[in-house]
Amino acid sequence: MESSTTQPASLPPKAFQLIPDDLETPPLTLGQLAWRRFRRHRMAIFGAILMILIVLYTFGGMLIFSEADANFVETGVRLQPPSLEHPFGTDTIGRDILVRTIYGGQISILIGLTAMVVELFIGVTIGALTGYFGGKLDSILMRLTEAVLVIPQIFLLLVMAKYFSQSIPNIQLLGRTFSGSVLVIIVVIGVTTWPYLARIVRAQFLSVKENDFILAARATGTSTYEIIFRHILPNSIAPIIVSATLSVAAAITLEAYISFLGLGVRPPTATWGNMLEGAYNYVESAWWLWFFPGMLIALTVLGINFLGDGLRDALDPHSRTT
Amino acid sequence: MDDAHPTPLDTPEPLVQVLDLKKYFPVRQGLIFEREVGSVKAVDGISFDIQPGETLGLVGESGCGKTTAGRTILGLYPLTSGSVMISGIQIDKAKKAEMQILRRKAQMIFQDPYASLNPRWTVSAIIGEPLRVHKLLPDVAARMEMVRELMFKVGLSPRLINRFPHEFSGGQRQRIGVARALASNPAFIVCDEPISALDVSIQAQVVNLLEDLQDQLGLTYLFIAHDLSMVRHICDRVAVMYLGVIVEIAERNELYENPLHPYTVALLSAVPIPDPKKNRSRRRIILTGDVPSPINPPPGCRFHPRCPVAQERKGALARCSQVVPEWRELAAGHWVACHEV
Amino acid sequence: MKPELLLEVKNLQTRFHIAEGTVHAVNGISFSLKFGETIAVVGESGCGKSVTMMSVLRLIPIPPGEIAAGQAFYLGRDLLQASEAEMEHIRGKEIAMVFQDPMTSLNPVLTIGRQLSETLQVHLGMDKQQAHQRAIELLDMVGIPDAARQLKDYPHQFSGGMRQRVMIAMALACEPSLLIADEPTTALDVTIQAQIIELVQHLREKLNMTVIWITHDLGVVAEIAERVIVMYAGFIVEEALVDDLYEEPRHPYTEALLAALPRIERRRDQRLRSIPGAPPNLLVAPKGCPFVPRCEYVIDRCLVEMPPLVQVGRDHRSACWVDLTTGKPR
Repeated sequence: MESSTTQPASLPPKAFQLIPDDLETPPLTLGQLAWRRFRRHRMAIFGAILMILIVLYTFGGMLIFSEADANFVETGVRLQPPSLEHPFGTDTIGRDILVRTIYGGQISILIGLTAMVVELFIGVTIGALTGYFGGKLDSILMRLTEAVLVIPQIFLLLVMAKYFSQSIPNIQLLGRTFSGSVLVIIVVIGVTTWPYLARIVRAQFLSVKENDFILAARATGTSTYEIIFRHILPNSIAPIIVSATLSVAAAITLEAYISFLGLGVRPPTATWGNMLEGAYNYVESAWWLWFFPGMLIALTVLGINFLGDGLRDALDPHSRTT
Repeated sequence: MDDAHPTPLDTPEPLVQVLDLKKYFPVRQGLIFEREVGSVKAVDGISFDIQPGETLGLVGESGCGKTTAGRTILGLYPLTSGSVMISGIQIDKAKKAEMQILRRKAQMIFQDPYASLNPRWTVSAIIGEPLRVHKLLPDVAARMEMVRELMFKVGLSPRLINRFPHEFSGGQRQRIGVARALASNPAFIVCDEPISALDVSIQAQVVNLLEDLQDQLGLTYLFIAHDLSMVRHICDRVAVMYLGVIVEIAERNELYENPLHPYTVALLSAVPIPDPKKNRSRRRIILTGDVPSPINPPPGCRFHPRCPVAQERKGALARCSQVVPEWRELAAGHWVACHEV
Repeated sequence: MKPELLLEVKNLQTRFHIAEGTVHAVNGISFSLKFGETIAVVGESGCGKSVTMMSVLRLIPIPPGEIAAGQAFYLGRDLLQASEAEMEHIRGKEIAMVFQDPMTSLNPVLTIGRQLSETLQVHLGMDKQQAHQRAIELLDMVGIPDAARQLKDYPHQFSGGMRQRVMIAMALACEPSLLIADEPTTALDVTIQAQIIELVQHLREKLNMTVIWITHDLGVVAEIAERVIVMYAGFIVEEALVDDLYEEPRHPYTEALLAALPRIERRRDQRLRSIPGAPPNLLVAPKGCPFVPRCEYVIDRCLVEMPPLVQVGRDHRSACWVDLTTGKPR
């Protein structure tokens, strides 16, 4: 029925054992894998685009308007509704709201990012130490962490903001002037939010530490320093990135809340939050005072949260390729 | 070659010597400050030697302490008491510098091919780590060359040097683990269930590789496993563990053909043979009950509650349940701890 | 359907649609099961043995799974066409399944007694008293000592072997005609495995059960099976009575698998004959025989056409273009 050839030319001779294993698939790094997963998450892409637009708006806007424009008072046009000249209207002392949202946005986002960095630094260090070493160090530091968590954050923020914002002078940076209260807010937020990250990092360290490859590293004679920074930390990056991303949103919201209460960043430095403060008495009569900064805060937080969701799915260590 | 590979003729001394090794894990309870309320006696006094070039099998079921024993022997867990000597280094007394030397001379291959390789490192980083940590080669290029050589030796194409573990199959990952263990040119390798997580058709590949490497490099293995068929194939001598102690040790064929300890007998008879006719003609000894907890091992001989001999032979139970059996050499190289043999 | 057949599967095809593509898990398999038989389905991970049985019981999650074709006649009724309500009636009552990991199959927050009784009440309509009594009988039957007291215990209080016995008790609660055991002893120690195997052998005689035992362990197969089905890459490659399979395998995969096993009963130290390569990637649609890259007997035809499962002896079928007894093409 069929030809009786035994070995077709297309197959190598029966010497499989001599040819070492090769892979048929093209190289696929973990970064590529993560990007693939991220791409599939529609909300995450939406969040990413939203964030890009907002950043372009706030930081790109510098190229069109100067800071002087943001603080330019023109009492003649106080409380003007949105118009062609002032697309977002004007505020209680005649400043253009659009430009103020641009510069205010810069501060709000800056506060969010910097507070996140402070939180990252403290949280990762403490989380790594407690997670890796355990024992007495763990007990003491965890009690410290819990103590910080117990402090009502808003209360601390209010107290510190009230007492310190006056005493810290304005900061000159990159040719611009920032109220000293910005620094206070950053520090206070960073110092009160690190416990959340520390707990996450500790949990991650505890779990990664149990893997055989850590034991293998110890069996190889790898130093403790290397094990923490080259073995465990890279495998803990995912929840750290996600947590850090989401904490930017949390910090922005917090700043808005504090500034709204009048205890945050001091004028003339604008932030989205202290723009809301001024709007309190004009909720119905001059809706544009609170609407635009409020919208921007909401969109930013939304965008960051979607982004964070997408990152969480993309970096999820439980997914594996077949 | 070098001091890492003593040949049997030069050194009649064992490469590995374990004496009355114990490893206990404390059990802690307490709300704020934890107290030690008891301990898991994972390894409760084991002793054996391994000659250079030999493969000693350590078998037993879950909870017998064989994995803990392997790790404690390499100093990965601090031992509770006893002594371990590997290649002239006393683990229980060694200082930091000596331990670093040990890490070169003694290595480990792990069971889980998915958890034993750092998922974020490339193959070159994984296999090259021992070379880097111990500064065994002058520069990165020499290291990469060595990594390629090792990959080829274990049957992986050196072109895959920059790939990540997730791109490989289980059997291939296990071979990466073998390459890593070989990188520092060790004399002694503890193989902790290296094939249990692999498919049957792949197990043979890895076992053949381990055997070939042993022939080529003069390696000494401690082969920890629960698959008794594979152990018979690869090991020269076999030790049977139960609940933290070794109950029998003998040369390979002697153990399988002439098992003396009732647990060994039951264990061997429980292994299904891939031969239906032989299975039907066998007499199986089915043990009752489960393996007791290592927190509170039974008094006397630990096996007595499940031992068909202790339970059924007249007058045996009294002694078996109260007196710990002596470790005796009943035939050449064949040691057993049992009252009723 | 012939009257002595309990189960007849024809041309079953199951696929999974995942992001990376389509996994061809089961590629057109057909087999049948007589009343009172014990068959073993053996193969390595990814061969499709579990997916086959889960498909028959309609336990495959439908997206991403898809039963693309086939029929599964149970007592004359095609299970693949039955409604979910009908399947719920069959599962547990007429066809019972025992899985590998009893810890995840048992509800950790309910006592064993409660779980057993519920099954009995729901499927057999017993009242609480009757169910409780029957539960004690069942635990006794599977060899759990002090059954009445153990009913009040939770799954985590049992050891692995005991939990598996409880699973078997639950499976047998409604006296099913067919018991499907999916790697029930793989996670157990060898002495406990021996206990469970002995238990199942005893129960199948006592209750006259038909059993499908899924495993990768050729030793267990030799212990328990009367007939064996060997699967590879979603195909059945060989089917035979147990003695015939081990003495005279007629498919290169079976032959290679048996040669790769270390033999505990043999003294002579021979090198294991390993099978080169690895099981194929199921994301690629099968073309020709899937065993080609690892097979010693490959001929041209193997590359293009999947060999059908044909009779090669009494009660012995094999899917290969080459006749292993002669080494020549069929």
